[in-house]
Amino acid sequence: MIIQEKMKVVRQTEIAEHIFELTLAGKLVGEISSPGQFVHVRVSETQEPLLRRPISIASIDKTLSQMTIIYRAEGRGTKLLSSKLAEETVNVLGPLGNGFPVKETSEGETAVLIGGGIGVPPLYELSKQLKAKGVKCIHVLGFQTDAVCFYEEEFNRLGDTYVVTVDGSRGTQGFVTDVMAGLETDFATYYSCGPMPMLKAVQNAYSDKKGFLSFEQRMGCGIGACFACVCHTTNNTEHDYVKVCSDGPVFPAGVVSI
Amino acid sequence: MSRLSVKLPGLELKNPIMPASGCFGFGKEYANFYDLSKLGAIMIKATTLETRFGNPTPRVAETASGMLNAIGLQNPGLQSVMENELPWLETFDVPIIANVAGTETADYVEVAKTISTAPNVQALELNISCPNVKCGGITFGTDPVQARDLTAAVKKVSNVPVYVKLSPNVTDIKEIAKAVEEGGADGLTMINTLIGMRLDHKTGRPIIANGTGGLSGPAVKPVAIRMVYEVSQTVGIPIIGMGGIADTDDVIDFLSAGASAVAVGTANFVDPFVCPNIIEELPAKLDDLGIGQLSELIGRSHRL
Repeated sequence: MIIQEKMKVVRQTEIAEHIFELTLAGKLVGEISSPGQFVHVRVSETQEPLLRRPISIASIDKTLSQMTIIYRAEGRGTKLLSSKLAEETVNVLGPLGNGFPVKETSEGETAVLIGGGIGVPPLYELSKQLKAKGVKCIHVLGFQTDAVCFYEEEFNRLGDTYVVTVDGSRGTQGFVTDVMAGLETDFATYYSCGPMPMLKAVQNAYSDKKGFLSFEQRMGCGIGACFACVCHTTNNTEHDYVKVCSDGPVFPAGVVSI
Repeated sequence: MSRLSVKLPGLELKNPIMPASGCFGFGKEYANFYDLSKLGAIMIKATTLETRFGNPTPRVAETASGMLNAIGLQNPGLQSVMENELPWLETFDVPIIANVAGTETADYVEVAKTISTAPNVQALELNISCPNVKCGGITFGTDPVQARDLTAAVKKVSNVPVYVKLSPNVTDIKEIAKAVEEGGADGLTMINTLIGMRLDHKTGRPIIANGTGGLSGPAVKPVAIRMVYEVSQTVGIPIIGMGGIADTDDVIDFLSAGASAVAVGTANFVDPFVCPNIIEELPAKLDDLGIGQLSELIGRSHRL
């Protein structure tokens, strides 16, 4: 069930340049059903800025009723959010959308998780849940530069982790696909989240594999009512579409036209 | 009669609050949050004769206390709305106002004729003011003669009263209002969005793929209030007012300006509970103002 709740800030930390990790507590956490779902965050109780910000969920702790979101403070809204301190509240609508299907990879199989930039966070909870059921996870994490890299250690604890930066300041120099080319190919499933060109490259590179992609799109309502975040599908009909917010944000590879 | 009830052509509203067209889909998403029967009415998403995908994305951009949108009337088309959307919405105890859009008179007429026979569609909202489609829409809404003739053509075939949704993107909105009244409109809904543009600071290009979009949200409220104030003193038909309503005080302002009921649009995206919350708060607000019946507020600004 989707609920609107004033969640309590447990802690907030800048974990890389302009990248914030915000832990929130509330009963909304109990409603989260899969990794890769997102929340729609109101950054101000006034009318400025007006709209909510969609942010993916990076990790969940149901026993503490806490969740962590990781976002880049770039615009007016996210900068305001980054100023929230412990004990303050944040108005959150969620959980929203359909996340990554953990059940698509079986115990003993291998999954490759490929993330780009601010698309990396939802893969963390996914990896935790895959590992818990006995799936071997390999992570490929792409960033622009060393200063904006985050969670390398956290992912390392869950499985082999390869970091790649565009400028080569950390890990391999290049793009995620450069690392993917050297990986073992006998894996069962891939899961990916990141910018559209990256998703396209990943889907092309693994065209013979079962995969799931999480998309990003400018949103209005976040619940499927406003039709702001539609994407064409690969069906060759002009009118066929999916909504990223409520049909996605995760789709099986090959569904969304990219 | 409850103190919040409002009687308008074709509509017996238990309260004056309804979600605005395009901001509420066909109701399904919001039914997850509250009982839609609480609402005064529901204005469904614009319906056209054929299925429409709408505009390329990005379709929305935030602005100071507002937002731009250029969805482009995406909808599943008349047949699908009749078969898949309305039967479900009819199960609620709430009047449906069907927003009708098109590219030429003939398709407005056809949609109006069919959709006005649906069981709980109690009024039509004729959309002659969508700023985001290339043909039809706003071209009808900015020319008084075309607006009048289209209203008359739709009136002729509609089973239910016809409200015409006016565009603020005109030099004199009173002129259009008078023209549609002359064409036989039973009421007006106003205002649709104001055409605007936001540029990307880095590239200098418009953020919305369509270039321009319609501005809505609290930023447009003063324009809407002024227009309702002017038009309500110019025509004899009732007005459903809209444009930036986000709370109970905004509702009081629109009624005072001359609207008989109101629609809430963009605010639904910020707070999905905004409509039922306003409905709940209204009686106490009337008490504060020393007003017995909500209808006593209508047009009180004119008496100054």
